[in-house]
Amino acid sequence: MFGFSFRPRKNGSAQTAKERLQILLAHERAGGTSPDFLPTLQREILEVVRRHMEIDGDAVDVKLERGAELSSLEINIELPSGSKPAAQKSN
Amino acid sequence: MSKVIVVTSGKGGVGKTTSSAAISAGLAMRGHKTVVIDFDVGLRNLDMIMGCERRVVFDFINVIQGDAKLKQALIKDRRLENLFVLPTSQTRDKDALTKEGVKAVLDELREEFDYIICDSPAGIERGAHLAMYYADEAVVVTNPEVSSVRDSDRVLGLLNSKTFHAEKGEGAVKSQLLLTRFDPQRSASGEMMSVEDVLEILAIPLLGIIPESTTVLKASNEGTPVSLDEKSPAGKAYIDAVGRLVGEQIEMRVNPAERRGFLQRLLGRTA
Repeated sequence: MFGFSFRPRKNGSAQTAKERLQILLAHERAGGTSPDFLPTLQREILEVVRRHMEIDGDAVDVKLERGAELSSLEINIELPSGSKPAAQKSN
Repeated sequence: MSKVIVVTSGKGGVGKTTSSAAISAGLAMRGHKTVVIDFDVGLRNLDMIMGCERRVVFDFINVIQGDAKLKQALIKDRRLENLFVLPTSQTRDKDALTKEGVKAVLDELREEFDYIICDSPAGIERGAHLAMYYADEAVVVTNPEVSSVRDSDRVLGLLNSKTFHAEKGEGAVKSQLLLTRFDPQRSASGEMMSVEDVLEILAIPLLGIIPESTTVLKASNEGTPVSLDEKSPAGKAYIDAVGRLVGEQIEMRVNPAERRGFLQRLLGRTA
């Protein structure tokens, strides 16, 4: 179009830059900026799980991976080896 | 009718002040009565780029606070008849900039000037917000680099929602892209995003492409707007961009040296 900007060669990093931006901006435009609900989500999951099991305060790990086609929310809950049901549930 | 144009970017160091100076000088060269305002309270720099740093007496904040008349604060350019600079304050705190104060100054300037160029500070805080708030149009300065493009996208979102025109439901501020520090050779080799890449991502009209050029630093060293150096590739590119800004149809072009280099590479590649 401007005579000097044909499709970049495949070995360049410009294509990577463009793809990263396209994915990131698609998310930022849709839902504001960063997902600041994640800390809240992590705390709430911890509360719910604790109603049923005894787990550590840092046992819940929430990760968000944003992709072009789909994003994934990964929630890992680590249970201690001798985990037992919470007191009020063991009737 | 006068036009208020904000030169903004989000990211710092991409060339907002250089572009504000070059665009305002370019407009004045075409005979339009133009004033360029520094909105970067606390970090005054437009005066140096315009080469009038030794003539600053009163500033934008003095005018807003009623300590000086607008006429006293405006610095007339020594090279161009129609060009004026309104410098910012260097010492006072940023809260001195108020929406009402900015409006009063812009209203008074609108009576006398054809173009009012607002040189925005980096970031999206108070100064940047007020620089864009009353704008009729925006020039979004962007480097072909990921953080600059991302910040420009953010700023475009603000231009579409957090400005006087947007809040009044009078439609979005007309925003155009000024791609600066562009290196055609690195772009052609795939090291740097192309003009089309950036346009595809930001999806706004292209105002101009300013090539990476040694004359930009030289102009800043000397306190001369780049557009006054009509022989330099960057100066020419700014002059073309100003033409487009006032509504002329000007073909996007690169300077001959860079075009020849590209053809050589192209031939080398296809042979």
